[in-house]
Amino acid sequence: MNDTAQIPEDRSVRDGDGAATVVPSRGRAGAEPTRSRPRSQQWAAWGFLTPVVIYLGVFYAYPLYRNIDLSLRNYTVRSFVDGNATFTGPANYRAVLDDPTFMPALTHTVVFTAASLLLQYGIGLALAVFFTQHFRLAATLRALFLVPWLLPLIVSASTWSWMLNSDSGVVNAVLRAVGIGPVNWLTSPSWSLASVVIANIWIGIPFNLVVLYSGLQSIPASLYEAAALDGANAWQRFRHVTFPLLRPVSAITLLLGLVYTLKVFDIIWIMTRGGPVNSSTTLATWSYRLGFGNALPAFGHGAAVGNLLVLIALVFGMVYIRVQRKQQAS
Amino acid sequence: MSTRHTSWWKTAIGVLLTALMLFPVYWMLNVSFTRDQDMRKSPPDWFPLHGTLEGYRAVIDQQLPYLGTSLVIALGTVVLTAAIAAPAGYALAKLRPRGGGALSFVLLVAQMIPGIIMAMGFYTIYLKLGMLQSVPGLIIADSTIAVPFAVLIFTAFMDGIPGELLQAARTDGAGHLRTFWSIVLPMSRNAIVTVSLFAFLWSWSDFVFASTLDGGGAHEPITLGIYHYIGNNNQQWNAIMATAVVASIPTALILVLAQRYVAAGVTAGAVKD
Repeated sequence: MNDTAQIPEDRSVRDGDGAATVVPSRGRAGAEPTRSRPRSQQWAAWGFLTPVVIYLGVFYAYPLYRNIDLSLRNYTVRSFVDGNATFTGPANYRAVLDDPTFMPALTHTVVFTAASLLLQYGIGLALAVFFTQHFRLAATLRALFLVPWLLPLIVSASTWSWMLNSDSGVVNAVLRAVGIGPVNWLTSPSWSLASVVIANIWIGIPFNLVVLYSGLQSIPASLYEAAALDGANAWQRFRHVTFPLLRPVSAITLLLGLVYTLKVFDIIWIMTRGGPVNSSTTLATWSYRLGFGNALPAFGHGAAVGNLLVLIALVFGMVYIRVQRKQQAS
Repeated sequence: MSTRHTSWWKTAIGVLLTALMLFPVYWMLNVSFTRDQDMRKSPPDWFPLHGTLEGYRAVIDQQLPYLGTSLVIALGTVVLTAAIAAPAGYALAKLRPRGGGALSFVLLVAQMIPGIIMAMGFYTIYLKLGMLQSVPGLIIADSTIAVPFAVLIFTAFMDGIPGELLQAARTDGAGHLRTFWSIVLPMSRNAIVTVSLFAFLWSWSDFVFASTLDGGGAHEPITLGIYHYIGNNNQQWNAIMATAVVASIPTALILVLAQRYVAAGVTAGAVKD
């Protein structure tokens, strides 16, 4: 009991939002030298952490391990059930790298991610700047902008599928009204990737808007006033005040968006299944199709593609964490 | 005088932009009320003038079991996520465990692993354990979307609980468990609400785990209900969109009742699956 009674004393120093005053513990001051990490507290801490540690081991690490194992063996449907697939080393990786689908899938992943990010960020930033101006209903309208992000992806994807339908879709009806011929959004190889990018941008705008808006809130108004006094117009104020000061938030938003966009699967799969003829296949949808989308599943290949995707996501994930840590430190 | 003028002007633009952004949502509603014979009309009806409830009748006839399953799975995910994440958040925020930084790092990385890769790993494990097409199996898989985020949220919120309070509890003889249960948890109401909202929404919306781990099962969630609809009867778009509307009800409720928690969750950092 002695030990646990000691803890609050030095905790209060840390928690008292920066104030260096030590709250005296009742009549126990000096009874024992203050340690920063008493052993009993360590035991308690890891007691509280035990569930999450077991959870991470069983439901994260083990599935990932199984996935790596899967990618290094020659699995057939039969050996998948029996569990005695032969170890083949990097054969699956070599096979997917040599596969004619690999380069298109990689290119589509890059194009999908870059186009989505750029437009989500651009539109999100424009909207964020717009919403920082004070006008009636601003808060309500900003809240409504969250809707696309909160909707289940299958709802958004199926709605967009029907809107982009070649014959009966509302998008083509509008285009027809202004004299543009019907576009086969989802059924032509030259448009399918653009279609899923459009839907994905729509879904991603709210996230960019909310994060960038909160970033804009932290820029002091006095800077704008000073710039205005110096005769800067609205564009110059944005260019020389807003944009540079928003750079840290922008970096976080884009990097996080990158990691999340790399793994987008639902929207593409529901709208086009990666087709027609692989024209909207990304690494994520390809991996799924190899493992689950065929009558004859190629689990080994699917896992190999999946692990390549994890690798790419983690590289950018590390960059994100580094940037975030650096920002917090400064 | 002039400021009021510009303010109204901006409101008009704002309303226009919002309308444009939410047009797909309006269209989903419109199509859900459209009669079968008007579905392929050109140009389409912009308003459901000859509205029908056929689509919603189909939802009630065919989709109720799916909705029930989704509700059970989403609530299960909320409970599991909170039960694992809340104690972890307390330890990381208030007990300064050795190696806590490393654990936070692992959680951050875990959040970045694509769901499709997790699904493949879960599939091989569940196949062996006979847990494919089971509701508990899907609850566990769905919780992996939310747990890392939940720990980060709990840690951030609980960090703000004044140390003096916990100190007072300890001097009065409360152990760690009691302090956590009687003081920390009740004070973390906002964190619990935020975590529950996101865990519910993500689990309710999950398609990747449902389609890989639960496809063809006796209890399928609503996302698969819609997916089968799209695959099977391509023509009945009023029924498909009506199901989509019903599947969006949690979104609408959250937006109306708990919008401030959503904003808090987004800005607290790494979200969006």
